[in-house]
Amino acid sequence: MCKSKIIVLFGLWMILATVLLGETIESSAVTEETVNAIKDEIQTNINIIWTCIAAFLVFFMQAGFAMVETGFTRAKNACNILMKNLMDFSIGSLAFFLIGFGLMFGSSNGLFGTNMFILSGTEPGSDWSWTFLIFQTVFAATAATIVSGAMAERTRFIAYLIYSAVITLVIYPVFGSWAWGNLLISDNLSWLANLGFHDFAGSTVVHSIGGWLALAGAITLGPRRGKYDSQGKPKAIVGHNIPLAALGVFILWFGWFGFNPGSTTFGDGRAGYIAVTTNLAAASGALIALITSWIVIKKPDISMTLNGALAGLVAITAPCDGVSPLSAIIIGGVAGVLVVLSVLLLDYKFKIDDPVGAISVHGVNGLWGTISYGLFAIDGGLFNGGGFRQLGVQVLGAATAFVWAFGLGLILFWILKKTVGLRVTCEEELKGLDIGEHGNEAYNSFQLFITE
Amino acid sequence: MKLIIAYIQPHKLNDVKQALYKAEVYKISVTNSLGCGQQKGYHESYRGVPIEVNLLKKVRLEIAVNENFVECTVEAIIKGARTGKIGDGKILILDLSECIRIRTGERGNAAIG
Repeated sequence: MCKSKIIVLFGLWMILATVLLGETIESSAVTEETVNAIKDEIQTNINIIWTCIAAFLVFFMQAGFAMVETGFTRAKNACNILMKNLMDFSIGSLAFFLIGFGLMFGSSNGLFGTNMFILSGTEPGSDWSWTFLIFQTVFAATAATIVSGAMAERTRFIAYLIYSAVITLVIYPVFGSWAWGNLLISDNLSWLANLGFHDFAGSTVVHSIGGWLALAGAITLGPRRGKYDSQGKPKAIVGHNIPLAALGVFILWFGWFGFNPGSTTFGDGRAGYIAVTTNLAAASGALIALITSWIVIKKPDISMTLNGALAGLVAITAPCDGVSPLSAIIIGGVAGVLVVLSVLLLDYKFKIDDPVGAISVHGVNGLWGTISYGLFAIDGGLFNGGGFRQLGVQVLGAATAFVWAFGLGLILFWILKKTVGLRVTCEEELKGLDIGEHGNEAYNSFQLFITE
Repeated sequence: MKLIIAYIQPHKLNDVKQALYKAEVYKISVTNSLGCGQQKGYHESYRGVPIEVNLLKKVRLEIAVNENFVECTVEAIIKGARTGKIGDGKILILDLSECIRIRTGERGNAAIG
């Protein structure tokens, strides 16, 4: 009974299939144009899906930053640093949508974009600009969130909120328009890009901008109470949760597979290639930072090694699409050395207190990564016989970013210091910002039992 | 009645508990504590900056006993906690003037047992 039914159904399917096949063959006079149109549409949709997925991965990096910064600071300031991470993304998303995106990608007058604010002129729907907007929003918020770590444990919350609006409203997008302004409107005036400045996914545009602002913030604020003794010798202020910091670094590494490969905004094999260079640089950054810390400070320090992986990732961000895998390993390795030396130099020599190493990871290695393209680029790099032209442009772009972000950062934080106040009171700093600023505690009724 | 207070290495707590159990001492309070003695601390570093840690993690035991249990309790603690290295800890014995069981209101020796 059952068997015969199946045979009948199968027979019907055969007939149907034959008829349909015949029809397809009959109408096979489809022109090449139609095929190409279909190909293009499929490609466009793959691009959109890939760029969206990459954007969501980059969004998740916010969680990574939050965990790294919380882990590397003290328990009494955990709520505060989480709030800063939550709010710089929220404020940043709104500010970038309202003003920042237009300044960065609108038709430029030579200095900044002048239209496309709130994406006006773009119909709600499937336009590419929407995908591009969400992708660029998560990048802008990444630049903003870098600063919170360097200014941790002593900054007034209201001052930080104002800062995070200003960076995504003005500081980030205006520089972005110089380097990336032609990404949406291809003949846009974008002076660094037109000179041939190559910052594929944002070593300079995102990371150095964030890192140099962090430097300005940490200098203006001064070190945390108890960081230096009366002779100016640095003292350790131990982070309260290294497992959280490690989780954060893994999340950031994961998110970077959206950050760099996603910056193709194009669904093809290049994404895979960039994932390879990105991963190699991160791995060699971690390994070399481990070795450097072992030699310099005599122990394989975990927080330095975690910073090393991030340093490799930041460095490979600019050149990830245009260097060989071997070059990526070298670029990451150099970043691993630089990050350890830079952390020690800031701590011991310059006495700039950066609790999480944001300046060394993002500022210094953003700079290194940008310059490294001028050295290692397959096409036009100094070591590949390309001469000094590309290197010169890379140095110019990185230097411009420093002057712009560090200069504006000093002015911004100075204004905040003179108006709303940049630093919490001594008493509040000692008690912790969680209670002073927020009236909250991160670890209510939580005590580790040391025997277990 | 005596109050026996002992500071021991955290990792010896389980051995001490078992030794006490064998000596039929079933009542004990345990708290975390920090302290230093001859061990003088150890060296730690964080992000390349050295930290002098001179307060070590210890466990503090408190046991209230009647006179006839003092020696066997002390012996049990030593048996469980002793490694022969610096840092094994100390035992302090204090006179206990009163002991009251909250549930029943019993006092003195009856309350301890």
